[in-house]
Amino acid sequence: MKQLMLGNKALARGLYEAGVSVVSSYPGTPSTEVTEELAKFDEVYSEWAPNEKVAMETAFGASLAGKRSFCGMKHVGLNVAADPLFTCSYTGVNGGMVICVADDAGMHSSQNEQDSRHYAEAAKIPMLEPADSSEALAFAKKAYEISEAFDTPVLIKMCTRIAHSQSVVETSERVVPKPKPYVKNIAKYVMSPANAIRRHPFVEERTLKLKELAETSDLNWVEMGGTELGIITSSTSYQYVKEVFGDTVSILKLGMVFPLPDQKIRDFAEKVDRLVVVEELDPIIENHVRALGIQVSGKDLFPICGEYSQNMVASVLGAEVHEGKKLGEDLPIRPPVMCAGCPHRGLFFALAKNKCTVLGDIGCYTLGAAAPLNAMEMTLCMGASISAIHGFNKALGEESEGKTVAVIGDSTFMHSGMTGLANVAYNQSNSTIIILDNSITGMTGHQQNPTTGYNIKGDPAGKIDLESLCRAMGYQRVRVVDPYDLAACDTAIKEELAAKEASVIISRRPCALLKYVKHNPPLVVNTDKCIGCKSCMRLGCPAISIKNGKAVIDNTLCVGCGVCSQLCRFGALGGAKE
Amino acid sequence: MTKNIMIVGVGGQGSLLASKLLGHLLLTEGYDVKVSEVHGMSQRGGSVVTYVRFGEKVYSPIIDKGEADVIVSFEKLEAARYAEYLKPGGRIVVNTQQIDPMPVITGAAAYPEDLIEKMEALGIQVDAMDCVALAEEAGFVKAVNIVLMGRLSRYFDIPVEKWQQAISECVPPRFIELNQKAFLLGRQ
Repeated sequence: MKQLMLGNKALARGLYEAGVSVVSSYPGTPSTEVTEELAKFDEVYSEWAPNEKVAMETAFGASLAGKRSFCGMKHVGLNVAADPLFTCSYTGVNGGMVICVADDAGMHSSQNEQDSRHYAEAAKIPMLEPADSSEALAFAKKAYEISEAFDTPVLIKMCTRIAHSQSVVETSERVVPKPKPYVKNIAKYVMSPANAIRRHPFVEERTLKLKELAETSDLNWVEMGGTELGIITSSTSYQYVKEVFGDTVSILKLGMVFPLPDQKIRDFAEKVDRLVVVEELDPIIENHVRALGIQVSGKDLFPICGEYSQNMVASVLGAEVHEGKKLGEDLPIRPPVMCAGCPHRGLFFALAKNKCTVLGDIGCYTLGAAAPLNAMEMTLCMGASISAIHGFNKALGEESEGKTVAVIGDSTFMHSGMTGLANVAYNQSNSTIIILDNSITGMTGHQQNPTTGYNIKGDPAGKIDLESLCRAMGYQRVRVVDPYDLAACDTAIKEELAAKEASVIISRRPCALLKYVKHNPPLVVNTDKCIGCKSCMRLGCPAISIKNGKAVIDNTLCVGCGVCSQLCRFGALGGAKE
Repeated sequence: MTKNIMIVGVGGQGSLLASKLLGHLLLTEGYDVKVSEVHGMSQRGGSVVTYVRFGEKVYSPIIDKGEADVIVSFEKLEAARYAEYLKPGGRIVVNTQQIDPMPVITGAAAYPEDLIEKMEALGIQVDAMDCVALAEEAGFVKAVNIVLMGRLSRYFDIPVEKWQQAISECVPPRFIELNQKAFLLGRQ
C-alpha cells in the first residue's frame, strides 16, 4: 500500500523489514525518529543508550552475536562514537550492522555543520545516502546485504530535509534472516596490534571490492538528458537539481557516496561538455572527481556553508530563479524561547541575578543564553560544561571559583558529564556544578534516559540516583533545589559558590510539557496593584507581556508556575496556588 | 504542475496535524506528495514552517521564495514574514491572532502595525479571520488548525466530503465531531 512516510520512519521501516533484531541509539535531531519508530515494533529490541559510543558498541555486540543490529545518531553523535567506528571497520561484522548518521546542514538544531561523509572515507566504511523516503526504506535493506556480503558495518547518511520530509513509500513484510552462530575468532575480533595489523590489509581489499560494487550497483545511476551540462549529485541536492532542470540535463545520481565509482564518473564526464558537482557542505565528491584528473566545478560556484534550495541551484547554474515580494520593513525575529513554566527559567534567573559566569551544555537550557536572561557564556559539546569549568578554575583559581558555575541537563550528564565530574573530584578543582534535572531528554522531544526510571517503551526500568552517584564520587556538598523557588535557588548558588570545595546542585523539576505534570490555573493580574514596573518581564516568559502599561498574562500559555509572582513587589500577580 | 502550500506559525500551535491532514488527503486524491517539517530547537516557541507540495511528480521537499500558491498562517506576523515565498498573485489564509515574539515582549522591538493591509498592498489576496473565536465556537480552542484547513478547502476543487473523510481518518476518534464542526465553521 502506498503511504506518505517521514524519511526517518521509512528508514526504520526498512530496517524492520530487513529483520533488525537489536537497536541501541542516543537521540539527536534530526535522527531521533528512526529509533522512536523502531521502538514501536514489538519484534525488535530497542533502547536509548546513555550516549552514542555505548549505543554503537551495543549494536556491535549484537552483530558479534550474529543478529542484525542498528544504531542511530546525529552528526555530532558520530564524533562520540568515532572510537568504536574506526575499529569495527577492522573487525567487520557477524550479523549485519547498520549505523545511521543524520547531518544538519543549515544547523536547524545543532552546534556545528560538519559533514559526516568524512567519517566514511576516514574509517573506510561504505556509506549510502538516500534522497527520499522510499530510498531510505530500500537502502536500509541494501545496507544489511552489503554489511553481511562484505563483512563491514554500513553507514546510512540522512540529512534534515530527507529525515524530516514525508514522501511516498510502499511497505512489505518483515523477513528475518537466519541468525548466524557466534563463533570464537580471536584473530578477527581481538584488535590487539598483532591481530589488527592483519586486519588492516583486509580493510583495504574490502574497499577495492566495494568500489567494484559501486560501479555495478543500481545505487548509483545515470539519467542522460542534454549533454551541455552534466551534474553529479546525491541526497537532497539531487531533488533540487531535478526541480530546476527536470530531464533537460544529464545527471549521475549517487546513492553510495563511499567508495565512489571511478569508472562510472569517468564515463559520465566524457559524455558531457561541462561537469558540475552539486553537494551540500564539503567538496567531497568534487575533490574525488578532480583527483581522477577530470575538470569539474563545485565549490568555486556553490557555498560550503548552509543548506541549498532549488532557487539557489537555479541561480548558480543560470536557470530561472523565482522571486516573491517582501514587506518593505524589518519584521521582529521570533527566536525559540524557553516554554512558559520551563523549570530552567527560575534557575537561570537566579544565576543572572548573581552575575555568575555560566559554562553551559547542550539541551533546551542552552536557550538560557538568549535575551533577556543572557545567562550562559559557553556551549561547546555534550558534557563540556563540567570539564571546561575545571580547566577554567584551574586557570584562574579564586578569581573564578566564587562566581563560575557549570550547568548540564540530566540526559547530557548521563551522556558525558560523569567523566568530567570524576575529573573535578579526582584533580580537585573548587567547581560548582548544577545538574538541571527536568527528568527527561527535552530538546529532542521527550526521550527517557537512565535517570528517569523508564525505558524507551515507557516501561519501568533501572533508575540512576544522581545524589548517590555524586556522593559516591566523593562530593560532600550535594543539594537539591526546586527551580520554581527563586529564593532557594539564590541561597543555594550563593552558598555553594562560597564553599571552599567542589559542589553539586541538582535543580529538580520535571519539564512542564510532560503529560504527567499537573499545571496550576493561569495567574491573574490584579490591574489595581500592577504599576507596570516590568519586573516580571525580566524572566523572559512568553506568557507575560505589557499592554497599556500593565502586565498581561496569556492564559493559553501560562501554566501557573508562579515564578513571576515571586518577583512582583506589589502582589499584582496571583492565583498560582489557589 | 506542482502546487505548493506553506503552513507557518509559532512552535506548538498545531501545524503538524494540519500538514498530516493535507498530506493524507492529497495522497488519496492520487497526487505525488512531499511534506517537510522542522523538528528540534525551533519548535520551542520559534517561527516554524511546514511545506506541502503535490503534483504528478514532486522533487524538492521544500518551497522556495516566489513559489507558494497558498500560505496558511496561524499568526499574523508569521504570515508577513513568509509573504516573500508567495507566487505573484498568491493567496494568504491567516488567523488574525497576534502572538508577541520575545523581542517584542522584552521591548527591543514593536509588533508591526497593519500587517494585513501591508500584505494586500503587495497585491496578495489575504483571507483573514479570527480562527481562535471560531475554534471556541466549535467548542475546542485547539482546533485553530482545523478551522484554517476549512478555510483553505474553499480554494481547492476537492469535494468537501473528501476533506471530512480525511479529518475522520487523521484525528483521534473522540475529537472527530469537534474537528468536523471546526472545519465547517472555517469553511463558511
